[in-house]
Amino acid sequence: MLQYIGKRLLQLIPVLLGMTFIVFMIIRAIPGNPAQVILGQQASPEAVASLEAKLGLDQPWYTQYFDFLAGILTGDLGESLRTRTPVAQEIWPYLAATIELAVFAMIIAVIVGVNAGIISAWFQNSWFDYAAMVVALIGVSMPIFWLGLMEQWIFGIELNMLPTTGREEVRNPVTAITGLYVIDTIIQGRFDQLGEVVRHLILPGIALATIPMAIIARMTRSSMLEVMRSDFVRTARSKGQRMSLVVYKHALKNAIIPVLTVIGLQMGILLGGAILTETIFGWPGIGRYIYDAIGFRDYPVIQSGILVVAFIFVMINLLVDILYSVVDPRIKYD
Amino acid sequence: MSEAVTQPVPGAPEEKAAGPWREAWTGFRKSKAALFGAAIVLMFVVLAFVGPLIAPEGINEQDMSKRLMAPSAEHWFGTDDFGRDILSRVIHGARISLWVGFFSVIGSVIVGSLLGIIAGYYGRWVDTIISRLFDIMLAFPSILLAIAIVSVLGPSLQNALIAIAVINVPNFGRLIRSKVLSIKQDEYITAAKAIGMKDSRILFSHILPNSMAPVIVQGTLAVATAILEAAALGFLGLGAQAPAPEWGKMLSDARNYLRDAPWTMIFPGLAIMLTVLGFNLMGDGLRDALDPKMKS
Repeated sequence: MLQYIGKRLLQLIPVLLGMTFIVFMIIRAIPGNPAQVILGQQASPEAVASLEAKLGLDQPWYTQYFDFLAGILTGDLGESLRTRTPVAQEIWPYLAATIELAVFAMIIAVIVGVNAGIISAWFQNSWFDYAAMVVALIGVSMPIFWLGLMEQWIFGIELNMLPTTGREEVRNPVTAITGLYVIDTIIQGRFDQLGEVVRHLILPGIALATIPMAIIARMTRSSMLEVMRSDFVRTARSKGQRMSLVVYKHALKNAIIPVLTVIGLQMGILLGGAILTETIFGWPGIGRYIYDAIGFRDYPVIQSGILVVAFIFVMINLLVDILYSVVDPRIKYD
Repeated sequence: MSEAVTQPVPGAPEEKAAGPWREAWTGFRKSKAALFGAAIVLMFVVLAFVGPLIAPEGINEQDMSKRLMAPSAEHWFGTDDFGRDILSRVIHGARISLWVGFFSVIGSVIVGSLLGIIAGYYGRWVDTIISRLFDIMLAFPSILLAIAIVSVLGPSLQNALIAIAVINVPNFGRLIRSKVLSIKQDEYITAAKAIGMKDSRILFSHILPNSMAPVIVQGTLAVATAILEAAALGFLGLGAQAPAPEWGKMLSDARNYLRDAPWTMIFPGLAIMLTVLGFNLMGDGLRDALDPKMKS
């Protein structure tokens, strides 16, 4: 097991190096003179030269790349051109906001998706099964940004039930400790704020959860259907065991592996979807951080933001791979 | 491509001539969902071709006196903030979305197939390099990579198309590579090699046509994703630019009028969802018909 993890970590090195190279190329691939493009056509030659020096663009490319790598390894992600603050220093609150939203969405997606899949398989060809699968099909075809706008219109504007922007009540701001507001408010015992924070999470959370929820439901259903036909399920039932026990205890345990794969994959997709969701709901997360940076041509932020998200994505995939072997000891890795 | 597959095998009994494509069509026809999907796709394809003829108004015909009018007999989908007819713009939008969907996928298929075939057929270090490249590209959440590419090339519909084509290359590359690896072992390839056939001929007249079924399935589903991605880039302001009636861009313009004119947001979104749903249903049906092993 440890050997397997070690091997996977080693295999990761070329991928990580390749990732850093692609991200490194983002500024360098800008057609024309990157510094001039960033500053605009009116910029003076002195300003352009000074930005070139600051970004290291006046060096040969391999020197630039090694400096870039050395920077990453020492935790230096460059400096935002807009705020003039080191990216490594200002990125955490955004990242924390995204993590909180993604985890919340994943919890909704897993709870609803897995249960809908189980019930669909349990009562195969019932009206619930049909309805759930039609909803799931629509769910995977739904543009997340459209769903977000529909939610804002229905729940925010027409029904006036839930807040549609931000992650906290502006007049009653949360004091950040970890940056994860649900945890911060609990630590501080501010349960009034906790309620507000959760209310702000609901709409973006549901928008972000929809696609993974649909995919998880479909996967759980097909995986459960397969297991429910197997001999041990028939044996358990013929012994007179309660159906709910058979389904949730025996069958689910054996059907969960492909579902776990999908959940792992979806976690990465959530990170991508977060960019769209955050833009719609004014959620101050990493997606919005990158999006705003694009508007200001703040390339160091674009680079580092993308690198950080991709790094998390790779790590989650690794973690999922490792989890399989824990869940299913039959899986042997050579 | 189809020529190589449908050619009867010399010496094969004539009565078995129902080729794999006919068989697939029979299978596809049986699925109501797949036919429904195909019908939706067909409808949007027709709209894309004849749209300008049947749309009630031009895409940029402004009439400020008819600003933000609710759906009515005159304007079925209402009007937007410039008094433009939303139905007409949604119809024209089909052309843009399908164009991006089809051509980006064709681009990914061509480049992906080429790389996949080279990697799978030649193996060794060529395979290692190409496969690592795919791994690296897949290490990014796809929309993020698309954003990175557009942020370099500059926002436009054409650059969005390029970005979407690039991010989908590894999916096709991997698919073809694995297919080539399994076909390579087949006897008829060994036979072709034995009679001294050139590598390029083996690759393009034997291996490529025989790896096409999963590519068609994946391609259909990829058009759905590509349309969503193009709309997402348009929504973020990184794809089609005003005044193009691109669905994603229309949604992003509609954001300011959610309270007063929700129809400006409802119909373009519905169009995206229906198109994507159509391609998804059709892709699922094709998968079941063409590749029974992939059935879930």
